[in-house]
Amino acid sequence: MTQMALVIDLNVCVGCHACVTSCKEWNTSGEAGSLADVHPYEDDPSGTFFNRVQTYEAGVFPMTDTIHFPKSCLHCEDPPCVPVCPTGASYKRKSDGIVLVDYDKCIGCKYCAWACPYGARELDEGRKEMTKCTLCADRIDNEALPERDRKPACVLACPTSARLFGDIHDPQSEVSRAISERGGYQLMPEWDTKPSNHYLPRVTTASSCGCGSDSACGSAASGAQSASLEAKLERGEIALAGLAVRR
Amino acid sequence: MRPAFSVIFLTTLCGAAQGLLLTLVALEATARLAAGVAVPSAFYVVGAALAVVLGALGLLASFFHLGHPERAWRAIAMWRTSWLSRECIALPAFLSLTTAYGLAHWLGWGDTLAIGLIAGAASIVLFVCTAMIYACLRFLQEWASPLTLVNFALLGCASGCTLATAYAAWLAPALVVILAPCACVLTLAGCASRLAALMRNARLKPKSTVQSATGIRHGKVEQKSRGFTASAFNTREFFHGQNAGTLRAIKAGFMTAAFAAPFVLTGVGALAPRASAAALVLGAAFVIQYVGLIAERWFFFADAAHPQNIYYQRAS
Repeated sequence: MTQMALVIDLNVCVGCHACVTSCKEWNTSGEAGSLADVHPYEDDPSGTFFNRVQTYEAGVFPMTDTIHFPKSCLHCEDPPCVPVCPTGASYKRKSDGIVLVDYDKCIGCKYCAWACPYGARELDEGRKEMTKCTLCADRIDNEALPERDRKPACVLACPTSARLFGDIHDPQSEVSRAISERGGYQLMPEWDTKPSNHYLPRVTTASSCGCGSDSACGSAASGAQSASLEAKLERGEIALAGLAVRR
Repeated sequence: MRPAFSVIFLTTLCGAAQGLLLTLVALEATARLAAGVAVPSAFYVVGAALAVVLGALGLLASFFHLGHPERAWRAIAMWRTSWLSRECIALPAFLSLTTAYGLAHWLGWGDTLAIGLIAGAASIVLFVCTAMIYACLRFLQEWASPLTLVNFALLGCASGCTLATAYAAWLAPALVVILAPCACVLTLAGCASRLAALMRNARLKPKSTVQSATGIRHGKVEQKSRGFTASAFNTREFFHGQNAGTLRAIKAGFMTAAFAAPFVLTGVGALAPRASAAALVLGAAFVIQYVGLIAERWFFFADAAHPQNIYYQRAS
């Protein structure tokens, strides 16, 4: 059984919010109807977003890590929001495991939002219907689009490729390999909702070049050759970043 | 959670209606079994009418909770999985059976007690459905407890029995000596189970932490930005926005108004059931208890800490 999902690499997310704006742009323009933007240019703007990029800080200054953390519906394999829906508007699509809302059946009772521990659902203030990330269900199978564009808008927008999209039930897929090789994890595992979206944890990597450490830095540390600035200029090997750090 | 007044009125009004119906049925059963208890049939008719009016007002209040009330009929579809859907079936069933019970007494149809017992069963089923809507959400730890069901049932029965005592003082003062002790006992039992829930919730340790919510493995993780500075559904729906002092005041208020005051007033009224002042005191007992139960239900919502709030701690 297919289970489409996002795998988000926390190593490379730079917190630019491109996925947030591209998500809003695509989903407010789609056939399902617009997403609210109440008082957009006033003191108290408010609106519906399916995706947010949050920022967390781990550690105590000065040894802190700043982690940008995109959050959208996790398309749980056992979604607590689906069985509680009184009308059947909330459902998990059998063909690809995406959790969707049939907006025409939604009565706007908000019970599904209460039943989601992640806060992934938002009641649209204008439409008075529950809305949520659809993994761009109107893009990923859309034959009117070139094949390379059949991905969620957020994935296409990400400038650092922090968002991978694919079938986590296919062991050969890029997302499954990323999860197994890089320790992909789920959010709030304590509630046993089995989120499909996974996150790739921060990994501390040894610096490889131009980082101010004394170890190998390209050919500059090969020893046999002169490490003087002039000699490197001769060879056309100026490592500017390394130079900046040394200064 | 932000308390939803439509739901507060739905659960308190229907709770009183269900408790009143159960009181009537219990009274009728007692009157059948024990000689010397004479209940005028008008008492049942007026009681059933009051229950139907309260329940219908509760049903009306529930529509104000919906974004699309015109689609409300769809809510009966998923009764196999959804307690909310089951409630949407159980509530009209309870109202219909209670109407039938009142009509049976009014028009003198056959076995009124049998109809009453079926309506009483519907009332109990409705208590279960209503409470399970909240108790089934496992990660709302304050709600996910059998005490939620016990409280909904006991508080509904207490307010229903207090109402029965109050209008008995007008219609059938001889019944006050039977009903008032029952109302006092139910109010006391409700107080005990609500206190138990408050104590349980005060000791709860949230299962979700910012570490489990983000998966960041570090002893100290702090949100620096929730990703937006404006308000959103997530910042409005799940935060009650009141300070600790207000919460304490409301807790003290409902403990007084829902339990202490009606207990004393009902007891006082029962001492002189035939005095005209007794009717006023007993009526006041019901009104004060109902207001107290609105505060109680408000607190029930505000007390629940939704784990999604972990993701919405700081604007920037």
